[in-house]
Amino acid sequence: MLKFQNISKIYPPRTVALDDVSFEIKPKEFVCLVGKSGAGKTTLLKLVLAEEKPSSGQIFFDGQDIQNIKSGDLPYLRRKTGAVFQDYKLLSSKTVYENIAYAMEAVGASDLQIAGDVAEVLDIVGLADKTCNFPAQLSGGERQRVAIARALIHRPEIILADEPTGNLDPYHTLDIIRLLLKINEFGTTVILSTHNKEIINSLGKRTITLQEGKIIRDEKKGRFIL
Amino acid sequence: MFFAGWRGLARDGGMIVANIFIMTMAVSVISSLFLFKDISRFLVDSIQEKVDVSIYFKAEAAEEDILKVREEIAEIPEIKEINYVSKEEALEKFTRKHGNNPVLMDSLTEVGINPFLASLGVKAFQAYQYEAVVSFLESPSYNGLIEKVDYYERKPVIERIYVLTSNFNKTGIVFSIILVLLAALVAFNTIRLSIYNSREEIKIQRLVGAANWFIRGPFVIQGIICGFFAALICLLIFALMTWGFDSKAEFLFPGLGLFAFFTANFWLIFLIQLLSGIILGIISSFIAVKKYLKV
Repeated sequence: MLKFQNISKIYPPRTVALDDVSFEIKPKEFVCLVGKSGAGKTTLLKLVLAEEKPSSGQIFFDGQDIQNIKSGDLPYLRRKTGAVFQDYKLLSSKTVYENIAYAMEAVGASDLQIAGDVAEVLDIVGLADKTCNFPAQLSGGERQRVAIARALIHRPEIILADEPTGNLDPYHTLDIIRLLLKINEFGTTVILSTHNKEIINSLGKRTITLQEGKIIRDEKKGRFIL
Repeated sequence: MFFAGWRGLARDGGMIVANIFIMTMAVSVISSLFLFKDISRFLVDSIQEKVDVSIYFKAEAAEEDILKVREEIAEIPEIKEINYVSKEEALEKFTRKHGNNPVLMDSLTEVGINPFLASLGVKAFQAYQYEAVVSFLESPSYNGLIEKVDYYERKPVIERIYVLTSNFNKTGIVFSIILVLLAALVAFNTIRLSIYNSREEIKIQRLVGAANWFIRGPFVIQGIICGFFAALICLLIFALMTWGFDSKAEFLFPGLGLFAFFTANFWLIFLIQLLSGIILGIISSFIAVKKYLKV
C-alpha cells in the first residue's frame, strides 16, 4: 500500500533528515514510528502527504509515485490520507461541525450527506454534544478527537498520526490511542509517530525505529528501545 | 462558498472594517479622478473659450464682401464660431460701454465720423488652431479687405494658454496613474496582510485535501463583499461632498454644477466605484492567497 524506496531527504545546506530509508506498509496495518526528536519521523510523514519532496528515492502510494502527482491532483491524494497533528491544526474560526464539514464541502458533498457523515464521525470520536463549540472552547483531548474526526471524514485508506498525544495528559493519551486502534479495527491503516515508551510497549504493534534519519529497527511486535 | 466568505467576514470584524476603510480610500481616489477629469476639462474649456481672434476690415470694405469672407472662413473645419460686428454695432457697443466717460465721448464727437472698423470675431475649437486660421486669412485675395488681424498681438497669450492647458492635461494623466497605482497597492497590501493572518488556515485546508478553488473562493468572495461595501460608502461620500460643495464651486467656477454633474453621471460613477472596488478585491485576494497554496 505504502512503499518507501531508498528515500533520502536533505535540507540545505547539509542537514540529513532521512538517509536511504526503505520499508513497506501493507493495508490494515498499525505501524508505530519511534525515535528521538529530530530522528526524521515528521519528515517521513510529510513526505507521505507530499508536503515535502524527497531529495532522492521514490514513494509509492497504492502503486502511484507520489513525486509525479501534479499540484492540482494533490487534494485527491490527501483525501485518501487522513492526517492528525500534535498541534491539532484545527481552524480556530470554525466550529467543531464546520471544522469537519469543510473537508467534505471541498469535494462537493451535499449538505444532507455532510450532516449525516459529520454526525456519524462525531459519534465515533465521542463529541456528538460539542458540534457548536469552537476549538478554543475544548480541552486538548477533545481537540485531538476533532482532528481525528476530520481525518476520518473522507474514509481514508491510511491515517498518519504525528505525535497525536504529545500535548495530552495520560488519561487523554489513552483515549486517543484507543480511538486509533478502533479506527484500525474498522480496516484503516494507521501510522502512529510517537516517542511515548509506554504506548509502544503496551500496543505490541509493528514498530519502525528511526535514528538520525536511518531505520535502525523494524520489528513485528516492537518495543521502545533507544 | 458565498456563505463561507460571509461567515469569515462576520467572525473577523475588525480586519474587515480596516479592509473596507482602505478600499474606500482607494475607490475614492479612482472615482475622484473621473470627477476631476471632467472638472479640469471644464476649466480648460472655459479658459480656451475666452480666447478669440478679431479680423478688422478696412473702412472702405463693403458689408457684402465682409459677409462673403465670413462664409468662406466658416468653411474652415477648425472654426467653432464667427461673429460679425458692423461699424455701427462697434460704435454702439463703445458708446454703451463708455457712455459715462465724458473724455472718451468728447473725443468721439471731436473726430466727427465713426472711427470703428467692421470686424469678425473668430473662435476656434482649440487654441493651437488659430495659426491655421490666420494663415488662411493671409492669402493675397484678402489683402485689399483686411486692415489687421489681432492674432499677432494675442499670439503669446494664446500660445501660453495652449501650453498651460496641454501641460495641465498631461500632468493630470501622469498624476492620475500614479495615484491609482498607489491606491491599488495600499488596498492590495491591506488585503494581503489580512490573508497573511489566515496562512495557517490555508495550509491546513490544503493538507486535509481541499482543492485550490475551494480555499481561494471564500477569500475572493470576501474581497468582493469588501469592494461592494467600499463602493457604497464611497458613493455616499461623493453624494454628500458634491452636494455640500456645489454652491461654493458654482461661485468659483460659474456653470460647473458639481452636484448636477454627480446626479447626471450617477450610474456611471457608481459603476466605476463598484467595478474598481470589486476588481481590486478579487485581484488582491487571488494573488495574496496564491502564495500560501504552494503546500
